[in-house]
Amino acid sequence: MRVPLYQVAHARSGDKGDGSNVGLIANSPEIYPLLLEQVTAERVKEHFSQVCKGKVERFEVPNLLALNFILHDSLGGGGTESLKTDAQGKTHGQGLLSLEIEVPEDVPKET
Amino acid sequence: MKTVRIGNGQGFWGDSVDAPVELLRGGEIDYLGMDYLAEVTLSIMMRQKLKNPETGYATDFIGFIRRVLPELVERNVRVICNAGGLNPQGARAKVFEVARELGVGGFKVGVVEGDDILPRLPELIESGHELANMETGEPLAPIVDRVTSANAYLGAQGVVDALDQGALIVLCGRITDTALALAPMAHEFGWRFDDWDRLSAGTIAGHIIECGAQCTGGNFSRWWEVPDLWNVGYPIVEAAEDGTFVVTKHEGTGGMVTVDTVSEQLLYEMGNPQEYIGPDCVADFTSIDLKQVGPDRVQVSGITGHPRTPFLKVSASYLEGFKATGQLTVSGPRAIDKAKLAAETIWKRLERSGVHFEEAQKTVELVGVDACLPGISPAPAEPPEVVLRLGVHDADRNKLVRFGKEIAPLVTSGPPGVTGFAGGRPKPQEVVAYWPALLAREEVENSVRVSVEEA
Repeated sequence: MRVPLYQVAHARSGDKGDGSNVGLIANSPEIYPLLLEQVTAERVKEHFSQVCKGKVERFEVPNLLALNFILHDSLGGGGTESLKTDAQGKTHGQGLLSLEIEVPEDVPKET
Repeated sequence: MKTVRIGNGQGFWGDSVDAPVELLRGGEIDYLGMDYLAEVTLSIMMRQKLKNPETGYATDFIGFIRRVLPELVERNVRVICNAGGLNPQGARAKVFEVARELGVGGFKVGVVEGDDILPRLPELIESGHELANMETGEPLAPIVDRVTSANAYLGAQGVVDALDQGALIVLCGRITDTALALAPMAHEFGWRFDDWDRLSAGTIAGHIIECGAQCTGGNFSRWWEVPDLWNVGYPIVEAAEDGTFVVTKHEGTGGMVTVDTVSEQLLYEMGNPQEYIGPDCVADFTSIDLKQVGPDRVQVSGITGHPRTPFLKVSASYLEGFKATGQLTVSGPRAIDKAKLAAETIWKRLERSGVHFEEAQKTVELVGVDACLPGISPAPAEPPEVVLRLGVHDADRNKLVRFGKEIAPLVTSGPPGVTGFAGGRPKPQEVVAYWPALLAREEVENSVRVSVEEA
């Protein structure tokens, strides 16, 4: 079945220069391989296509059941120069959690 | 086994003024770390100091000292902070002044200086240091006349020296945030500055607590699980000599400390998790083991790290023109269409008066529709109201003043249902842009000065 990431994972984001970083963490060990397989840098770039003007990098942090994404050029200049409401990418973590992935029926989910 | 309790009561410039007081009074702590500097705070302090040489530090900190100094002295809770900004000596003089007013004495205040390299920029560039922007690769020389502050991120060593000399309060300028936690550990346990695993453990402890409540339930994805967020407890690490530590908070406070809240904070502002580069070491975040060992208690162990790099990060700021933002609320049927018409009207009237902004210099957002996450969260087709937010950036301040005059007229000369124009015309603000660079560490470390004086 297809579920939004917020049912099986949690996230936090912040700024990295004129880009943002989004940390995505699986709610349980059986979810982590699903994130590894389905939440690729390409899919994240596509999901944030109107936000992220640069490339997306992905790092694996298996000990925290986590992936870390860098969304380059996504803050309209960043820091004090940006005119955006979200000049620091604070909302990008919440944004990633609406991406949908395929999970087995019996995986525990938040509703 | 001896443990040291280190709290963080201030996550950034502008954080809660009550948090450090609550953290101090809510239970036992040995050290209190406080972060007062954002990336461009030092630039603001520079301008304050140019007007009045006695200023240039975080005045919130003096307010804090006025509230708690007798307790700090009585309980011997030691405070480490970067509130000294560009004038830690001035901050110390003010702390001593407050102490005299309160009739408190018999304590020492340490000052760590040497991070401010602004006066040395011409000499450094002359001797071959490019100070290239870490994002763009451009050298600093062409804009050096517009630079308003330049500070190197110092590591924990200077603070350790001040603690070794008995300082109850250590006032620094731009030291790295994580050193606020690493320094008391290195001081208490006598860690060597080439013990990369322990230095990394202290650095990661610092990273977990440096944003205050962000590891105790603040900004947590599953916010509905967090109890009494209004009374959120700020974080404490209980550190042991071997580099393991427990993240916790005072009993009776709100919020929560779980593997999940700590994990989120570990990933905050993370780049490559295997190479978290600080002034004292390179920490490996993929080595961290987290374990829930009790209610609101997460044990952190297994941390390893690598030798420090030959560089220190420098944070410089420079003037980059002006910006202004203004907003209107648009309500009723076809709110989105009306907001778009209002925006178009403003730009056309500005053009008519000879004020032109390039596309890259302006921003139009419909708050409530797609300001933060365009293309991600589906926008409502017919929202009952939207906030139209307009922003412009330009080197010419007069153009922004003119922009500020075109917002209010929309209330009577735009589409219907336009309101929410309050607070006067938008005013141009100076843009202080950020310039991150690297500098050979010996250029800075050879001129770090630590002084400890008694009140």
